[in-house]
Amino acid sequence: MRKQIEGSAAVAQAVALARPEVICAYPISPQTHIVEALSAIVKSGDLQPCEFVNVESEFAAMSVAIGASAAGARAYTATASQGLLFMVEAVYNASGLGLPIVMTVANRAIGAPINIWNDHSDSMSQRDSGWIQLYAEDNQEAVDLHIQAFKLAETVSLPVMVCMDGFILTHAVEEVEMPDQATVDAFLPAFEPRQVLDPAEPVSIGAMVGPEAFMEVRYLAHRRQMEALEVIPAIAAEYGAVTGRVRDGLISRYRLDDAEIVVVALGSVIGTLQDTVDALREQGVLVGVLGITSFRPFPLESVRDALAGARSVVVLEKALAVGIGGIVANNVRTAVAGLAIDVRTVIAGLGGRPILGESLAEMIRGVDDLDELTFLDLRTELVERELQRNRATRRSGPTAENLLRDVGAVGDPLSVRMPR
Amino acid sequence: MHSLFGNAAAVATGVFAAMRAKGRDTRVVAQAGDGGTVDIGLGPLSGMFERNDDVLFICYDNEAYMNTGVQRSGATPPAARTATTQAVGEHPGNVFGQGKDLPRIAMAHEIPYVATATVADLRDLEAKVEKAMAIRGARYIHVLVPCPLGWGSASKDTILLARLAQQSGLFPVFEAEFGEVTAVLPIRRRVPVTEYLQPQKRYAHLFGQTPDTETIERIQAQADRNLSRYHIDEVEI
Repeated sequence: MRKQIEGSAAVAQAVALARPEVICAYPISPQTHIVEALSAIVKSGDLQPCEFVNVESEFAAMSVAIGASAAGARAYTATASQGLLFMVEAVYNASGLGLPIVMTVANRAIGAPINIWNDHSDSMSQRDSGWIQLYAEDNQEAVDLHIQAFKLAETVSLPVMVCMDGFILTHAVEEVEMPDQATVDAFLPAFEPRQVLDPAEPVSIGAMVGPEAFMEVRYLAHRRQMEALEVIPAIAAEYGAVTGRVRDGLISRYRLDDAEIVVVALGSVIGTLQDTVDALREQGVLVGVLGITSFRPFPLESVRDALAGARSVVVLEKALAVGIGGIVANNVRTAVAGLAIDVRTVIAGLGGRPILGESLAEMIRGVDDLDELTFLDLRTELVERELQRNRATRRSGPTAENLLRDVGAVGDPLSVRMPR
Repeated sequence: MHSLFGNAAAVATGVFAAMRAKGRDTRVVAQAGDGGTVDIGLGPLSGMFERNDDVLFICYDNEAYMNTGVQRSGATPPAARTATTQAVGEHPGNVFGQGKDLPRIAMAHEIPYVATATVADLRDLEAKVEKAMAIRGARYIHVLVPCPLGWGSASKDTILLARLAQQSGLFPVFEAEFGEVTAVLPIRRRVPVTEYLQPQKRYAHLFGQTPDTETIERIQAQADRNLSRYHIDEVEI
């Protein structure tokens, strides 16, 4: 059924279609609408059997999911930003134990400075956590990825993070085609755990492993992610066959066939990039967009194939590895190693800074002049003023507060639409 | 199942939720030491209490982080020497403070059942576990377990020290339902706290050439306060 629906509500309905048996959540913007909607679905009796557990922290949310999953229940939670960081110990535990939990990350910046707006710093910080990470380009894909995520997680016995841009997707009302329950039921069989706590067949889960076998346990986790590179497209194809929405699963290609310049990105900015590419193509610029749907496992071969014909690649990142620059770019460079392709990193959209089509067009037109690392629409005058203060006096004060004073309008949404 | 140091109560909630969703009546027991209960695991434990999940949580309290080498926990008593509260300086050993009295914190959640016990009275402990398992909702049992290595005591004195902890009044043994104390184990032979403290090397600095009578008196005052707070009577055998 097609409907105009908020992204969070659509995802909540998609999760409910997957019939999770335990949902646990602690509220954090911009994830709240998802768990609010699920709470209503469970409390109204529309999703049975399902336990909705209001927990006291994200650490507990992931821990409850771990217990539920180990006891054989299909378990789901959602978080963002500081919440994801607060549960990190349990995030690694879930993947280390091979528990197929599905979690939505409503992508949001990480403080300090505190910031509730979108970027990918939160989920990127968990790229090595052993979770599969899928990134949605739009709300339709967010819905579709959530349903597939349960099947993927349970097939390979690994937890899956479905990442969707906070506010940009979670709070956007778009037309979404919701699958019906019969379709999802046929696509997603009941959870058959590989390991389960059951007094009838006692096992222990969570043993300490020393040097004698730890490497092997980790290697097998890597193997399972490598297997997921095969499983993800297979599940995407199967899902496409019943819904009519056929996606690659690992990557998305847009006007790549003859592209000399390719912009690589994750998430909702791909839509803006596609519009920009269309406009530039009319001006004769041979540019395309490569979207990475599966960031973990990273589809090295698919990325290499997609970029093989390109001259220049720009990796547009909504996260910053302080001290080096790009995160996705390093993965992309690994994929194209040995090919004569310039790979440049552009950091954009941190903390909700709008990524404007005109900025992207300028970036693409000037690709040959881009530095190895560029910060899109960086307000250099703000940076310079703070650097001057730092030079002028030892006690120059807190940076965030200084910059806010310079900007003049704290919290004013117009203040982020800075002059170009 | 073992997940993490600080999340036993939340994992137990997850197992309980799974059992409920599946319509099964498998009961859930979570266990932790005093560090995992009163310190790093307190948040999840309080959450489990507050939701009144059908979980029995048992704390084995040996009053410090013994596994990592006898470091102070929130359950370490005043004046006790640990690796992070050394017996040096003007006030050797652990500080005097409010302490983290988990049984009373549990009672403040008004959960159906809270009990304390020691390894000195296994029949009492067994009866409390049986009683706890006959009750639904969040339940908490706090068991005092001496640690010969961490307390600096002889292994053969483990049961004796647990008994002296109770008989001195320092560790009150009681039951509480929905926030109210309902039963108290009487003291058979009341002893001064020195009888409990002196065999333990973690208190050796109190009993040097010049005994630290001031500190000993403060500890005795804590024992006395427990006796009046829990109305613990001394009964002659």
